[in-house]
Amino acid sequence: MIRVGFLIVALAVAAAVFGPSLTPYDPTSQTLSQRLEPPSRAHPFGMDELGRDILSRLVSGARISLIVGLAVVSVSSLIGMMFGSIAGYFGGAVDDVISRVIDVLMAFPGILLAIALVAVLGPSLTNVILALCVIGWVGYARLVRGQALRAREFEYVQAARALGAGPARIVVRHVLPTAFPAVIVQATLGMAGAIIAEASLSFLGLGVQPPTPSWGTMLDAGRSHLFDAPHLTLFPGMAIAVLVLGFNFLGDGLRDRIDPKARI
Amino acid sequence: MARYLVRRLILTIPVLLGVATLVFALIHLVPGDPAQAMLGEGATAEDVTRLRTSLGLDRPLLVQYGSFLGGVARGDLGTSFRSGQPVVREISRRFGDTAILALCAMSVAIAVALPLGIVAAVFRGRALDHAAMTMALAGISMPSFWLGPLLAILFAVRLGWLPVSGSGTPWHLVLPSITLGTALAAILARMTRSSVIEELRELYVMAARARGLSQIRAVVRHAFRNSLIPVVTIIGLQFGAVLTGTIITETIFAWPGVGRLLITAINTRDYPLVQGCILFISVTYVAMNLLTDLTYGLLDPRIRFE
Repeated sequence: MIRVGFLIVALAVAAAVFGPSLTPYDPTSQTLSQRLEPPSRAHPFGMDELGRDILSRLVSGARISLIVGLAVVSVSSLIGMMFGSIAGYFGGAVDDVISRVIDVLMAFPGILLAIALVAVLGPSLTNVILALCVIGWVGYARLVRGQALRAREFEYVQAARALGAGPARIVVRHVLPTAFPAVIVQATLGMAGAIIAEASLSFLGLGVQPPTPSWGTMLDAGRSHLFDAPHLTLFPGMAIAVLVLGFNFLGDGLRDRIDPKARI
Repeated sequence: MARYLVRRLILTIPVLLGVATLVFALIHLVPGDPAQAMLGEGATAEDVTRLRTSLGLDRPLLVQYGSFLGGVARGDLGTSFRSGQPVVREISRRFGDTAILALCAMSVAIAVALPLGIVAAVFRGRALDHAAMTMALAGISMPSFWLGPLLAILFAVRLGWLPVSGSGTPWHLVLPSITLGTALAAILARMTRSSVIEELRELYVMAARARGLSQIRAVVRHAFRNSLIPVVTIIGLQFGAVLTGTIITETIFAWPGVGRLLITAINTRDYPLVQGCILFISVTYVAMNLLTDLTYGLLDPRIRFE
């Protein structure tokens, strides 16, 4: 499974990096006479409601999905690791404050807070990334806090403290590395979550705005053409599902390798 | 149990206060003047001032906050900017439909996931297990905003068996329930499988097998019942995901629930209604988590004595 996941993700990355220069059509150029045309040899995935080549738009959309995923996962994991390690290592009042903030943010179901934030800040790619980071860091913080709570009791950490190492050095050099494997697994699964979340927001009209090609926006446009042009819905959805499945395979595989107990 | 109940209820208060504070802050995150944003660029200065006053935005922030919390405590979430109706009335009118959809989706998920998880556990490592778990992973990976339209294309457009959207008959519920329940079914199937596998390793199950009970009987009579505790917890905790999922599902199938009300409110910049819907969904989620914890404490005495 991990190999299948890796292959899917590698293909998506290759499409995002090299795809736009390889596709024969401009993803934003319109040929209204060919609007809603079904798949053909010239346009394997057909044409959309404005006569744009769906395959070219999917390839460009891969870039948006991966950029959102990478940005959300990098920023969220950095913030989460920072607050999680501070809470876990120092404990006491600092831990109480950070943990209460985590509790409150976790009290919001899934993507609801992101919807609320984008609704008030206005729909845009930057606001989507910002909103997903606001909800995303919490999971990493909780994970790293747990690891740091354990790690601070390890003998080598106590030895470093006895040798006079400062808290920052201990956290960065000794505590955080114990959490890295779990964070990497969470980040891989988090890529899948961020891609779905971005597509959900774009599908609701709250994410990336036209004419920028995003898989969620393409799906939203396809909703009005379920009867006359189902290919508008079929291909963008398939792209999201396959990429998310790829990251889930990769994340599950990594978890099995890092923690064999999770394999059952 | 009473002490556990009181302690758990007290722990919920700061969370609810935090949720209310965040929802209150939402309107103040609107770039520029929220009243101007709600009325649009063409509004006169007089209209903007009048709306600011009616929303209470001209008062000091602390007074606004106190008034908001007081209103929430009394069940008053303000008035919808577009319809002029109290927000609570707008939400309560739609909540029944959302609750029906969420319950049907959960029923679909449980009906599919439990047998799938048990079969995967019993045939662990074999083709049936791999097939069931690949299906589960595909279910998790398949976004509802794709699955919904696909089901609509197949069962409504091509076969004509079910209505594409709307409400009114039980048939209208079928596609939205399957769409909303699929991801939960996938999560539950994985959880049921792990939980049954854990139980099958227990000595009492091995003793039952040694007494001559068949594998199926050992699972059904012994392992399954005990493996239900974590599964029940996940069902409760996933209620929040189902509630959030209704936002997309109701939008796809034009189902008249709170989720669709929220999206309509966002599109019309009806911020009091947006705040009300977000607060309502979040508080329902916190209440469901609390209920799950209490049920868990009831099922497993170790939890309440910790």
